[in-house]
Amino acid sequence: MWLRASMAYRTSFWITAVGNAVTSALDFVVIAIMFLHTTALGGWTLPQVAFLYGTSGLTLGLADLLVGSLDQLGQRVRDGSVDVVLVRPAAALAQLGADRFALRRAGRVVQSGLILGWALSRLPIDWTAGRLLVLLVLVVCGTVIFGSVFVAGAAFQFFATDAAEVQNSVTYGGATMLQYPPTIYARDLVRGVVFGVPLAFVNWLPALYVLGLPDTLGLPGWFRFASPLVALAFATAAGLLWRAALRSYRSTGS
Amino acid sequence: MSRTVAEARPPDPEPPDPDPGRRRHELRSASRLYTAVARGSFRRYATYRAATWAGTFTNTVFGFFIAYTYRALWEIRPHLGGYDLSAALTYVWLGQALLMPVAAMGGGVQDDLEARIVSGDIAVDLYRPVDQQGWWLASDLGRAAYHLLSRGVLPLLVGGLCFHLRMPSGGLAEEVLTWSCFLLSLLLGITVSFMIRYMTALTGFWLLDPRGMRQVALVLGMFCSGFLLPLTLFPSGLATLFQRLPWAGMVQIPEDVFLQRRTGGSLLSGLALQLAWVLVLVLAGRLVQRAAAAKVVVQGG
Repeated sequence: MWLRASMAYRTSFWITAVGNAVTSALDFVVIAIMFLHTTALGGWTLPQVAFLYGTSGLTLGLADLLVGSLDQLGQRVRDGSVDVVLVRPAAALAQLGADRFALRRAGRVVQSGLILGWALSRLPIDWTAGRLLVLLVLVVCGTVIFGSVFVAGAAFQFFATDAAEVQNSVTYGGATMLQYPPTIYARDLVRGVVFGVPLAFVNWLPALYVLGLPDTLGLPGWFRFASPLVALAFATAAGLLWRAALRSYRSTGS
Repeated sequence: MSRTVAEARPPDPEPPDPDPGRRRHELRSASRLYTAVARGSFRRYATYRAATWAGTFTNTVFGFFIAYTYRALWEIRPHLGGYDLSAALTYVWLGQALLMPVAAMGGGVQDDLEARIVSGDIAVDLYRPVDQQGWWLASDLGRAAYHLLSRGVLPLLVGGLCFHLRMPSGGLAEEVLTWSCFLLSLLLGITVSFMIRYMTALTGFWLLDPRGMRQVALVLGMFCSGFLLPLTLFPSGLATLFQRLPWAGMVQIPEDVFLQRRTGGSLLSGLALQLAWVLVLVLAGRLVQRAAAAKVVVQGG
């Protein structure tokens, strides 16, 4: 339904889709300008950083496409329209995820995909079945991890209806962080995204394997392949949090 | 029956007033009105405490990420673009502090104005005996003042605690001069930003859906203001061009005034550039506003 609604204004749709792509491409322009002044950042070359940029944007973009509508939840709790969703005989999460489904958000996916393609064409990767598999798993698990952040953030919005922006710092802020090599960040921050909010498993750790780079973080070697486990655990935790939030929700009555 | 609002408004050039006493009185009451509008707007934004905290938190988190990338770059290339490491880090944190006050990503009165144009409520505004541009500017300045105090101060404090930042220095007179020129430059920058957002919203009269223009304005605002990277790092042709466009006044010029990279003649020329753009944009805004008002058709009922 929302697909048809957005296509009703075709010109507007294309303008916003292209606009979204251009806006998210600004981050890459910044990276490109930085590389006008240096050949490596944190020991990583431009194609290697482009790999991080592409995978970060692609997974965030896919998650945003699937469940990104959830970040409007605080607004819906405030105006009471979330009640309508809850009385319908269908899963609230699926309904809210599909609500205002916006294909224009695909702009980020396409743009990040192009940068990733460019990075792969420039990188001298010795393609084995293992590397290809890890890359595919990266895209799927990265999307699940970012999607879980959206769900957990939405659960949080049941309690703090005004605090949608905190979620942005983990989703968009996290994606921004993952665009750069882990080597440039302070050790504590890296530890936070390995053991706290497990964003390092979206692309940093699998990238070490795909690009054949040494681990300067001093983490166990099997962490590079642990993304599916982490994605599963995080998705379960986010699901439980969502159910707990839904159960404790008291309507405003309006 | 439908008619244009422009017909209903008093003729624009006002006849010279023979009684200067009454004129002074009118000026006083006008300034009282605009102050009241600005204060109301300040209080309105101050109501959303949780949103303010959430936004400040986000600005601070982004400040950390960007500061680390800058540090990585400046450790390889010290003095890049004329900034040393601590000046570059100050640039990041001050940039986060200025993002909301100057609304480099759009928003503020733009949201309200767009909503009123789309819903048609704007027709009521046009009947009010008050200058539209002045009314919305006062409202945006109130918002900017609140955002400066709430979302500006805290990221700068956190950044100052975790990184070595550069505050204005020199003798007392020099510090006072730098701070006051910085605040003046910021005020001019907010006004430039307001004029751009105001005209972007007014395009809604013609385009009906202002989202596309809004996106264009956002890209230009982020890129050409120096918010993402200091403009001196851009390829030289672009750097020269961007430094003369109005957007430079939103982030780049206030930052350079704060970092005391603009002193003496270049300080004056920076402020003069901002002032010139304010005048040009105010004039352009008036023309767009008049054309927009002439286009309004009120559905009588």
